[in-house]
Amino acid sequence: MTAAVRVFFVGGLISYRALFNWLRPGMYVTTMLGSPLFQILFFTYLGRFTRNENDAFFIVGNAVQVAAMSSIYGMVMGIANERQFGTLSPLLATPANRLALFLGRALPYIANGLVVSAFGFAVSWALLGFSLDAGDVPALALIVLVTTVACTALGMLIGSIGLRARDVFFAANLVYFLMLLFCGVNVSLDDLPGWMAAIGRGLPLTHGIQAARRVAAGASLGDVGGLVVTEALIGLAYAVAGYALFRLFEGEGRRRASLETF
Amino acid sequence: MVRLFYAGWLFHLKNLSNSLFFVLISVLQPVIFASIAFFMYRSGQRPGTLLYVALGAGLMGIWSSTLFGSGGAIQWQRWQGTLEIVVAAPAPFLLVLVPLTLATSTIGLYSIVGTLFWGRLFFGVPLDFVHPFQLAVALPATVISLGLMGLLLASTFVLYRQASAFSNLLEYPVWLVTGLLVPLSLLPGWVTWISWALAPSWGIKAIRAAALGGGGAWSAIGMCALLGAVYLALGAVFMKNFERLARQRATLSLT
Repeated sequence: MTAAVRVFFVGGLISYRALFNWLRPGMYVTTMLGSPLFQILFFTYLGRFTRNENDAFFIVGNAVQVAAMSSIYGMVMGIANERQFGTLSPLLATPANRLALFLGRALPYIANGLVVSAFGFAVSWALLGFSLDAGDVPALALIVLVTTVACTALGMLIGSIGLRARDVFFAANLVYFLMLLFCGVNVSLDDLPGWMAAIGRGLPLTHGIQAARRVAAGASLGDVGGLVVTEALIGLAYAVAGYALFRLFEGEGRRRASLETF
Repeated sequence: MVRLFYAGWLFHLKNLSNSLFFVLISVLQPVIFASIAFFMYRSGQRPGTLLYVALGAGLMGIWSSTLFGSGGAIQWQRWQGTLEIVVAAPAPFLLVLVPLTLATSTIGLYSIVGTLFWGRLFFGVPLDFVHPFQLAVALPATVISLGLMGLLLASTFVLYRQASAFSNLLEYPVWLVTGLLVPLSLLPGWVTWISWALAPSWGIKAIRAAALGGGGAWSAIGMCALLGAVYLALGAVFMKNFERLARQRATLSLT
């Protein structure tokens, strides 16, 4: 039990430091803070031109969505880079608890996602005049946390595919961009065709963004409880699928001696 | 020289076209952003602007492919171990690099074609171009000016170890300040000054004037040519400096 806890916390932190490509300050600031800042500005100004929604719609949507940058790209790096860097075989040769190994590396990316999202809200307050009642902040923080965890679960699933696929970063990029379209980040689900909205409802982020928008508009956490629980359940489903794929590809890799072949 | 230039451009064009990453940023990403913008414009009920959006989203793709392709051009040559060979070759290094940066902007043409095709097929965007001849001139002028801007990026980013950090940072800001989807009149006044120094601003002006009418296409094409010449001159100076320093310090292959 103690070993599993150590693998969860210490192993997770070490893997974050070793495998997260954007950890250097220069890279972190430009990619994890600069890019989300300009994404929020871009879509808010675009929204001002198209006049389909108010500023808060775009600010909340994008400030929550940017957490997915850490959750998806980071988590994919956290799993798939083991294979890219040639450390997958030694890692899987250890008797370490697989669940602790798998889930522990998610923790730093979740914390990272929260930082990025908080930064997004802060710069929106500073540059775009976005305001939020102080009493709404805890509820919003909880929603962002649940959403970030759910997105990290999706990142785990894609990362696990990276144990087998040749170019998993292509998939990570594609999923990240598609979430901008399908998850109601900049276009309300009501304005999307039915099939796109249906896909969006099956993805992490969608319900979290809806809940965050309602809380930012003054609703209480209780009012959006259903949305938050749905977001959490979607995240759980992706985490289970991700872990199942992780174990499947581990077993397949052992059987075929193809853990690190591309 | 012409053969070297053409062979280099064609080689890099084929090479980049085979890269999934460049397919993503020059085809899929612009189509996704165009779709977002189409839905936003539609739900905002702004009339007659879908071709405006398709062209803007297409140029966003040209900028992305130029930014990521040219920004990391020298770094990639380093990683692949070909930098020493091309620098040591008798041909001027500039003549080797310009075809590469032009190829990165040329594959951006996929994004214009992709967003127009996508817009026509799924959003009923009318493809009625007011001045087809002007458009036929504006497109290559824009691509060349962006390719030369790519040379400037390549020669500047090489000074920094993590060029991709700048590439990740600069994608959205240039989309924003060059008016590709958001009119500059909505942004603070000082942004206009920045936009004048950036080729995509004049490229989109030329392309939109040619496609949608309204005049000003030739002057915008002229500005693309002028900026392209400035980028080339600056890029040549920076590249010469980089080559000299790298030879002196023996740091050519160091990442």
